[in-house]
Amino acid sequence: MTTYTGPDHNGKFGNFGGRFVPETLMPALLELETAYEQAVKDPEFITNITSYLHHYVGRETPLYFAKNLTQAFGGPKIYLKREDLNHTGAHKINNTIGQAFLALRMGKRKIVAETGAGQHGVATATVCALLGLKCVVFMGAEDIRRQKLNVFRMELLGTEVRSVSNGSATLKDAVNEALRYWVTHVEDTHYILGSVVGPHPFPKIVRDFQAVIGNETKQQMLKQYGYLPDAVVACVGGGSNAMGMFYPFIEEAQVKLYGIEAGGAGLNTNQHASVFHQPKPGVLHGTLTNLLQDEHGQIQEAYSISAGLDYPGVGPEHSHLHATKRVNYAAVTDIEAIHAFQQLSLTEGIIPALESAHAIAYVKKLAQEMDKHQSIVVCLSGRGDKDVEQIKQILEEKADGKTKTH
Amino acid sequence: MGKRKLTDYLQQLQAKDKNLFVPYIMAGDGGLDKLKERILFLQDCGVAAIEVGIPFSDPVADGSTIQNAGKRSLKRNTTLAAVLDTLASFKDKRQVPIIVMTYLNPVYAYGMEKFARTCSQAGVDGVIVPDLPLEEEDLLTNMLTKYDIACIRLVALTSPKERVDALIRRSEGFLYAVTVKGTTGSRISYENEVNTYLQKLKEQSDVPVLAGFGVSTSEQAQALASCCDGVVVGSKIVELFNEHQTDEIKKLIGESL
Repeated sequence: MTTYTGPDHNGKFGNFGGRFVPETLMPALLELETAYEQAVKDPEFITNITSYLHHYVGRETPLYFAKNLTQAFGGPKIYLKREDLNHTGAHKINNTIGQAFLALRMGKRKIVAETGAGQHGVATATVCALLGLKCVVFMGAEDIRRQKLNVFRMELLGTEVRSVSNGSATLKDAVNEALRYWVTHVEDTHYILGSVVGPHPFPKIVRDFQAVIGNETKQQMLKQYGYLPDAVVACVGGGSNAMGMFYPFIEEAQVKLYGIEAGGAGLNTNQHASVFHQPKPGVLHGTLTNLLQDEHGQIQEAYSISAGLDYPGVGPEHSHLHATKRVNYAAVTDIEAIHAFQQLSLTEGIIPALESAHAIAYVKKLAQEMDKHQSIVVCLSGRGDKDVEQIKQILEEKADGKTKTH
Repeated sequence: MGKRKLTDYLQQLQAKDKNLFVPYIMAGDGGLDKLKERILFLQDCGVAAIEVGIPFSDPVADGSTIQNAGKRSLKRNTTLAAVLDTLASFKDKRQVPIIVMTYLNPVYAYGMEKFARTCSQAGVDGVIVPDLPLEEEDLLTNMLTKYDIACIRLVALTSPKERVDALIRRSEGFLYAVTVKGTTGSRISYENEVNTYLQKLKEQSDVPVLAGFGVSTSEQAQALASCCDGVVVGSKIVELFNEHQTDEIKKLIGESL
């Protein structure tokens, strides 16, 4: 396999990526790119981030052999990369710590961010409280309704949460509004984007800060078990936990990589969030990537039971890895994810985030095709505390005889 | 037709010592059948060119007025193809140059070459795509050049000198000077630096310089035009059409020229 590089100097991963933003933002993106390139060459910057990831976030996170789940699925050994044990309960903080220090290096003490379920919003609010930065988070009105506790968490942390009622009032619209806010306050504000999406250099920066997941996993596998896994599975909305997990494995050709999208009510319906089901490239939020869109180029709403996977696009590097077939993309439905959510809770005593439950659900299928001598690593991107209430409601409705899975 | 026509038309008006006034309308707002009527009305008002907006579901450069107009238009199922069709249907009835403004994705879905070709057949003279910066523009400009359509570039208050120089070097039709750090929509006042910024652009540019984003009164239009060649007015025009206040539009344009 040839050396994997990317993105190029224009932010392209093969045919995808780039910087499709209004001129007003271009200087800020160029400034960010330069600042980032200088920062990663500065040992002090790296040491500082590593130190915060260790002492504040709690890294490294364990790589845990899930013996009971392995037995239940009856196939390969299953290892869980426990990103759920990070401070704030998900992988999102790996990125926000890095970007917040980057903002400080650029002399920007104001932060704007978008959030869907609230995980990235909470992770951003957390580092802003820690570093004394002023923070505004845009969140769709619909998501605010669904995730009241996360809104309160952000407020406790001193962040201003602004409701977005445009469009579908979910993550896509929160990103639009955060971009508009950034255009208006670009000179003193840094935009902490939460996934490997958006204009260059965001997909690269977020991937690099999340790559700690894959780097640790690789070292842990070799040190604890003496081999690399045969397969690595992660859920994909925008795709930041997956990209962080996959990136260090891309050149390990023998390791199969699986990105799992939200199949919602089923891929045969229009209620899902799988852009790779019928890939259609286009430009949204500053990047060229596969999108859920109609034939006229209007963006369609994504649907998933999991707010964190509910995005009509995907990181451009994922589109590239899909085009080159290095990563296999598949989808699991709401129902499959709920079953996996319950099964992991029951067998291992670990309540996963609904997002991560999608990856678990796919492992169940994959395990059938593999044998006992093989192994799978799953990125358990977050914990399920935030989803417990929603699952309770769904299960109660199901018990009442209503079939409300979406 | 095309690039040449746009330049000639603007120069003719300038020779008469007029400020250039370019209104923006959202195609399909109020129904696509209103497009012809509105364009011919604006032509009679003495405008220098007309920007015809094609709605997009996620317009990040726009403030709430144009966002809402786009939403109303999309509710009526307006498409890029239908707008170009409509423009083609009465191209012989208009002298005023037409500039299509839309985000990249509807164009990308339609196909770059097909877009340029169809624009040319529909009598479109220029195109503005706000999410297509210098770094990415070759994607579309090659096709626009092939069909002799002007690619109108936006220059921003935040653009550093080397970008301003590059934008001026490549400018076609007119240079669109964004006068706010922000999105489109009405604003009460401008930052002081705007006048110097416009004057500098005007000194350097071979094509007319028009100020836009946030212009809503004839006083603002006159003040800005005194530093450059004229203005683009979007949200205010969209709002007045939506409220059926065509007399107000006529007045605003008349007092701005």
